[in-house]
Amino acid sequence: MNNTTKKTSTGSDKQIDHAAIDASITQRQEVSAIGAIIRTQPFWVFVAILCIATVMTFVSDAFMTERNMFNITRNFAFFGIMALGMSAVICTAGIDLSVGSLLGLCAITLGLTMQSGWGIEMGFIVCMLTAAIVGFINGFLIAYLKMAPFVVTLGMLAMARSIAMVLSNNKMIYEFGPDMELFEWIGGESMLGVPNVVWLLIVMTLIFWWIWKYSTWGRWVVAIGGNAHAAKLAGIPVERMIVSVYVVCSMCTGLAAFMFIGYTGSATNGMGVSYELNVIAATVIGGANLMGGIVYAFGAAIGAALVELIRNSLLLAGIPALWQQFFVGLFLILAVLLEQIRNRGR
Amino acid sequence: MSLLELKEITKRFGAISALQGVNLAIEAGEAVGLMGDNGAGKSTLMKIIAGNFPPTSGDIRIDGNLVSFNKPLDARNSGIEIVYQDLALCDNLTASANVFLGRELKKKIGPFSMLDYRGMNERAGELFTELKSETRPRDLVKQMSGGQRQAVAIARTRLSDPKLVLMDEPTAAISVRQVAEVLSLIKRLKDTGHAVVLVSHRMPDVFEVCDRVAVLRRGIKVADKSIDQTSTEEVTGLITGAVEAA
Repeated sequence: MNNTTKKTSTGSDKQIDHAAIDASITQRQEVSAIGAIIRTQPFWVFVAILCIATVMTFVSDAFMTERNMFNITRNFAFFGIMALGMSAVICTAGIDLSVGSLLGLCAITLGLTMQSGWGIEMGFIVCMLTAAIVGFINGFLIAYLKMAPFVVTLGMLAMARSIAMVLSNNKMIYEFGPDMELFEWIGGESMLGVPNVVWLLIVMTLIFWWIWKYSTWGRWVVAIGGNAHAAKLAGIPVERMIVSVYVVCSMCTGLAAFMFIGYTGSATNGMGVSYELNVIAATVIGGANLMGGIVYAFGAAIGAALVELIRNSLLLAGIPALWQQFFVGLFLILAVLLEQIRNRGR
Repeated sequence: MSLLELKEITKRFGAISALQGVNLAIEAGEAVGLMGDNGAGKSTLMKIIAGNFPPTSGDIRIDGNLVSFNKPLDARNSGIEIVYQDLALCDNLTASANVFLGRELKKKIGPFSMLDYRGMNERAGELFTELKSETRPRDLVKQMSGGQRQAVAIARTRLSDPKLVLMDEPTAAISVRQVAEVLSLIKRLKDTGHAVVLVSHRMPDVFEVCDRVAVLRRGIKVADKSIDQTSTEEVTGLITGAVEAA
């Protein structure tokens, strides 16, 4: 039986155009495009968001209002911007614990610059420069001195916060000089009914999507996360790439700080305490793997959205705010568990 | 003039002398088997040719020109490609991404230069077809069999049309059927005029594809002869030391 089928198949092989077979092999893929999307973590987190949102429209009338949507999107946009940078770091199997402190430090350097009469351009440059320097120090210690990212950035978490306190002399800054109005408009206002910071998140998500898909830098970062040794042998400047990744992560935080201070209208050295946990949670919920090699641009935004949605939903459902962190933590663990289960099936 | 000529290569690690005055010449289109017991200095010699570290003393010549390699990229630029024992592949990338890793094809759209997926997939597909391997460029490497992974690593070496391909234990960790596949890949490299250095523990593999066999024992080259003038028994003796030199 088996023999006959074999014979017929070899018989018909002779009439097959081999060039066509080669072409079809070349173009064949394990899964279709839609199948590939369904297999990703961000897709399932997005489904979870839709489910929670659907339930919430029945639980609370206040949920589906324009005002509430405005608040939710604005609140998660700050974390989303930071999470985009964090995804790059986590993709290289690293971690950056210093982003919360860096937000505080950027707030102070930015605030001090603008308070002393400089314009918004200078404030922006100082803010981004602060972030870039901190990112460079992190990256240099990790890439060239081969120190563990966890330890380096934990040290930076303490140092950046301390420097923010020293520079600010522990005082709050609420005077932002000549460009104060513009500065607060950028961070706090909206265009076409969508908060400016959300526009920024959308633009940056698209840029990062392009980077991960089409740029050499993105391809190399993913390769380093997959197998740093192989990347090195293939001629990729692994050390320089790692430094650049930490600089990118810090500069995303710098950008978030610039928007955040404009939104709150004041800068204190206590800003961003424990934000690193929310940012890392958002990144991991969005599908990043702490072992490295996996990154989704949309995952960062979607992960941040889920974290904020949980917070908002608990509030509107009348559950005490003390439970918020519990549910964020629960969803973090569930997200990792979901990824484990999906991988086991393969 | 030989394609690659090693003269009096010596390598010391502290007090340990890993290689002592090794001479080796490789001609174009020739496959040379490099054999020896564990610790005989095979890997050290490979790593010197591949540019992982420089020799303590001795000359490396390519086409008669003296070269010195400080990093693997230098060796690659001189036309030497290496297939590492662990293959050095990124499991999370596709086959074609691995083939082009570090030398991606790009296309320009306005001021932006972006990865040319179509170009890379097509070229990788051509390479796999040349190697007669049923490997699909768009598949992730982590889903592939040992033989397919080997094909990806070998396809990568053909991107730049190298003069010499070094293969470190390519048949050590794969099934019997895949070994046959890999050996035919090596023959195909030879047919297209590439020189191959095959480091292997497996005697039958070396005798099947190589023209010449060089044997190292405790850092010294003890034999270098054409395959049809030797036998597996003699080579075994040379490796273990039962036969002094040949």
